[in-house]
Amino acid sequence: MLDLGLEVLSKGNNMLRLLGGLWVALKISLLSVGISIALGILLGALMTWKNPVTKAILRVYLEFIRIMPQLVLLFLVYFGTTKAFGWDLTGEMAAIIVFVLWGTAEMSDLVRGALISIPRHQYESSEALGLTREQIYFYIIIPQALRRLIPLSINLITRMIKTTSLILMIGVVEILKVAQQIIEANRMSSPNAAFGIYLTVFILYFIACWPISMIAKHLERKWR
Amino acid sequence: MAEPILALKNVTKHFGENTVLDDIDLSVHQGEVIVIVGPSGCGKSTLLRCVNALEPIQGGEIYLNDEKIDIKSKKLANLRQKIGMVFQSYELFPHLTVLENIVLAPTKVQKRKKEEVQQEALALLGRVGLLGKEGSYARQLSGGQKQRVAIVRALCMHPEILLFDEVTAALDPEMVREVLDVMLNLAAQGRTMIIVTHEMQFAKAVADRIIFLDGGKVLEDTKPEVFFEAPKTERARQFLSMFEFNVVKSQVEKVSS
Ligand SMILES: Nc1ncnc2c1ncn2[C@@H]1O[C@H](COP(=O)(O)OP(=O)(O)O)[C@@H](O)[C@H]1O
Ligand SMILES: [Mg+2]
Repeated sequence: MLDLGLEVLSKGNNMLRLLGGLWVALKISLLSVGISIALGILLGALMTWKNPVTKAILRVYLEFIRIMPQLVLLFLVYFGTTKAFGWDLTGEMAAIIVFVLWGTAEMSDLVRGALISIPRHQYESSEALGLTREQIYFYIIIPQALRRLIPLSINLITRMIKTTSLILMIGVVEILKVAQQIIEANRMSSPNAAFGIYLTVFILYFIACWPISMIAKHLERKWR
Repeated sequence: MAEPILALKNVTKHFGENTVLDDIDLSVHQGEVIVIVGPSGCGKSTLLRCVNALEPIQGGEIYLNDEKIDIKSKKLANLRQKIGMVFQSYELFPHLTVLENIVLAPTKVQKRKKEEVQQEALALLGRVGLLGKEGSYARQLSGGQKQRVAIVRALCMHPEILLFDEVTAALDPEMVREVLDVMLNLAAQGRTMIIVTHEMQFAKAVADRIIFLDGGKVLEDTKPEVFFEAPKTERARQFLSMFEFNVVKSQVEKVSS
């Protein structure tokens, strides 16, 4: 019979350890997304302002973060700051900082896009009805912007979850790192474990991300 | 004669160097239906937008019942409630149902009771032939239906004057009629209205007064019989002859096809 090394999963608490690793990845992404959404809304709203200086600064920040590979940012924050400023960040802290920097940049651009995509006549017909500025934002603009935003920010969550596979490089024990550890420990008894374990990791990532992107698709269709 | 509801006094409006409204005087009395006509780009929309303070004016004054309309005034939202406006592009709020579109401003701006406003909204929807559509979203309606909802939304605020800016211009021909009928009905109820339109037959039928605007000036301000049969200015004659040409042309097309 084809030996996929799946029996390693049932050894000890290996499956639980993998799930724990997945949880670390999810925890870091969800926490980062939460903070990024809050900061992104703030920066995105700032970007629609007329002030050219704020606009330029935010633009540079956004481009910079976009161009930079996430791994370089992770190394810069985790190893760089220890040497340069003597900060002693844990790997998880460093990961959250990097993901928030990245997520805020992406979110602010999405928020800006959602806000400027609301046609001018939506503001004007609200004004013509006598709504105040605050009422226009509260009842008309923000609800419409959120509808455009939510599917896009859900996509950002799945991208973040996927990108957590990089943080084992700064010593965070997430799902992929746990998988490596399990494979390493069983190298003698089950030399074929690599395939089975990585297959399990693959399926776990899928189970975590698939419902999220289904929700995004559903919301996108519903609010079109 | 009674005091006018709306009075424009020496109103001037520039966009940069471009003078769009040049010393406009205009009074509108209770129950009057004013139709504004004129070539494209002559400032018809801008005039309506200035009345509703969607555009600032650079000279002159606009009064609604002796209250000055000032774009910086604290009471602006208060004044705007008294002016109902319907635009050319359908501007319903896409995230709200028909009923929510109509009820929003009366309940949030005028703080009226929701049940009472909903009752009124449903009655008005019935009057424009849209009963049963109250739960629909704008994307589920035809252009003509959207414009009728927009009219009901304006009416539900109990405005003292209604402004219509080419509300049928973006509609398919078969829907123009249903919207014009609603407006004819409003005129028959004695509503005060300013209507911008290119539908000359409709203008003739609905107007108490025709204003002919060209080059930012009021060139004619007269009864529809006079304007359509014997316009005083050469510009107005030219403008009207364009429509005759269109009528002739469409008849020729009908014959040849
Ligand atoms: N927001 C604006 N900025 C600059 N020019 C404008 C603006 N709106 C209208 N105009 C100009 O004002 C003139 C009158 O426009 P408008 O009132 O829309 O004409 P109409 O409704 O009679 O076709 C046009 O020359 C137009 O180009
Ligand atoms: Mg116009």
